[in-house]
Amino acid sequence: MKHVIGWIDRRFPLTAFVKHELTEYPTPRNLSFWWNFGSLAGIVLVIQIITGIFLAMHYKPDASLAFDSVEHIMREVNYGWLIRFMHSTGASAFFAMIFIHMARTLYYGSYRAPRELMWWTGQVLLLLLMATAFMGYLLPWGQMSYWGAQVITSLFGAVPFLGDEMVIWLRGDFTVGNATLTRFFALHYLLPFIIVAAVIIHLVALHAVRSSNPSGINLKDKNNIPFHPYFTVKDLFGISVFFTVYSYFVFFNPNLLIEADNYIPANPMQTPAHIVPEWYFLPFYAILRAVPDLVGGVIAMALSVMIFAAMPYLDRSKIPGGARYRPIFRIMFYLFMLDILVLGYVGAHPPEGFLVPLGQIATFFYFAAFAFLRFFSKWEDKWLFNRGLPAEVQAMLSSEQAQKTDRRHHKKDRRETPGDNHND
Amino acid sequence: MADDENPPIDENRRDFILNTTTSVVAGAGIATACWPFISSMNPSSDVLSKATSEASLKGIEPGEMKTVPWQGKPVFILHRTKKQITSMETSDGGKDPQADAERVQNPDWLVLVGICTHLGCVPARKKEGWFCPCHGSVYDNSGRVLTGPAPRNLELPPYEFVSSEKIIIGKTEKPPIKS
Repeated sequence: MKHVIGWIDRRFPLTAFVKHELTEYPTPRNLSFWWNFGSLAGIVLVIQIITGIFLAMHYKPDASLAFDSVEHIMREVNYGWLIRFMHSTGASAFFAMIFIHMARTLYYGSYRAPRELMWWTGQVLLLLLMATAFMGYLLPWGQMSYWGAQVITSLFGAVPFLGDEMVIWLRGDFTVGNATLTRFFALHYLLPFIIVAAVIIHLVALHAVRSSNPSGINLKDKNNIPFHPYFTVKDLFGISVFFTVYSYFVFFNPNLLIEADNYIPANPMQTPAHIVPEWYFLPFYAILRAVPDLVGGVIAMALSVMIFAAMPYLDRSKIPGGARYRPIFRIMFYLFMLDILVLGYVGAHPPEGFLVPLGQIATFFYFAAFAFLRFFSKWEDKWLFNRGLPAEVQAMLSSEQAQKTDRRHHKKDRRETPGDNHND
Repeated sequence: MADDENPPIDENRRDFILNTTTSVVAGAGIATACWPFISSMNPSSDVLSKATSEASLKGIEPGEMKTVPWQGKPVFILHRTKKQITSMETSDGGKDPQADAERVQNPDWLVLVGICTHLGCVPARKKEGWFCPCHGSVYDNSGRVLTGPAPRNLELPPYEFVSSEKIIIGKTEKPPIKS
């Protein structure tokens, strides 16, 4: 064995790579369980790709065959029901993991310098995930599949001048039809591999800037511990908890998150009385409906997803990290989460009665949270500095300052280049 | 001209010309090569051939509606009652005002593309018109949008009466008859 590894190592940096990126990779020792969700999202990605490949062996992407081929998988293919329910539950699990992962990043301010690129590659991953999920949802060719695709492709009609042509081009037909189904299948098979590539970029960026931690500053070396065995064990523990919950849904409640209407074959002549997207799109759907104008609604919905990318610019507090040492930020975070739940509730119900103004108010607060973050932060900074910072924050600030000057000296020594962007 | 009289070669200029021509020609080539792929995603000829549909009006009683497919889209054919016609003729609709007379060839028959102009759902028939279940747009018995997020009235397909009991939906040789 040693000989084999030695042979490889002379030709490929195997041992060095494993050591540097895994076994000895320094990881903050104060990570909480909230830091488990990145690896959990990775596990779900693997589940989705494996189950997806096996489903594709039995699925037929044709408008006249698709619905029946899914039922064929469910009834006749050996363990087809298991593979399909793992895949459909996996889609929800993926969003659940990603949403928690994002919420952790927001709460602890992990998007702040120097981790902006982590946050932005994550944003790209979110968009890819949404696109993949949306295209995959058309494949069973049920009523919800069909009308969901019809509504979302119609959104592109809001593009000025080219809108109508673009919608027809995307669908390959005047309405969602066979051409739409076959191309969605092709792209639904392709995108996960692009996601894998994007995840690798996300991880390369992670290993350059290292994990953030609850304190909000980069820890000194003595506060880092090797990834293996401490975090391999912790991640494995998280994975086993995840699989327990996941198995409950797969085996005991697989239809909980599948709309009953999706067991009715797609009918282009009739929209179901009440169409709803999958739960993970509900808040964005509520924002779309809150604006009583097509173009405005589409812009608001696109912005509601993309606005997260602006967080590194919107959050300029002088206090390191996120909510831990910033009470006002913490309150804003919880109100924002509550607001998303309200939007989700509004999105799940028909647009009638008090839900219409409620959705509009919740949409207003959603964007207001981003718009006013800077002003609240400024006021919070002032208040906290006047009140006197807790000793530990003071210590962190000065140690961070010391690390910064230290780094700057190193940099100057090495390259004689002035300026350091870490200041903002 | 003798060779030694040539001005000295301007390397920068040469590089610029070379790089520009290379990138312009290569860019044009790549763009052209992309076109077949982009175009392949547009509706194919068999999809385009579903251009017209025939619909019989026989047996649609006043107040009743029939849905027929045209280009894969639902088309509503509503046989309006006298009461509906008078109430529609006295109003101009809501968000996208238009006279009822401009929307029908024969006031008894209202022919509409049954696709909400907001995001493409099929509105459900109600007594007073249509209600879109997706985002709550409301249309009257002339297919005009009254409230909700839909920006325009329901679209009118091109159609013509071939007899008093039959229409052809879609563009035929003759331009559609205006009443």
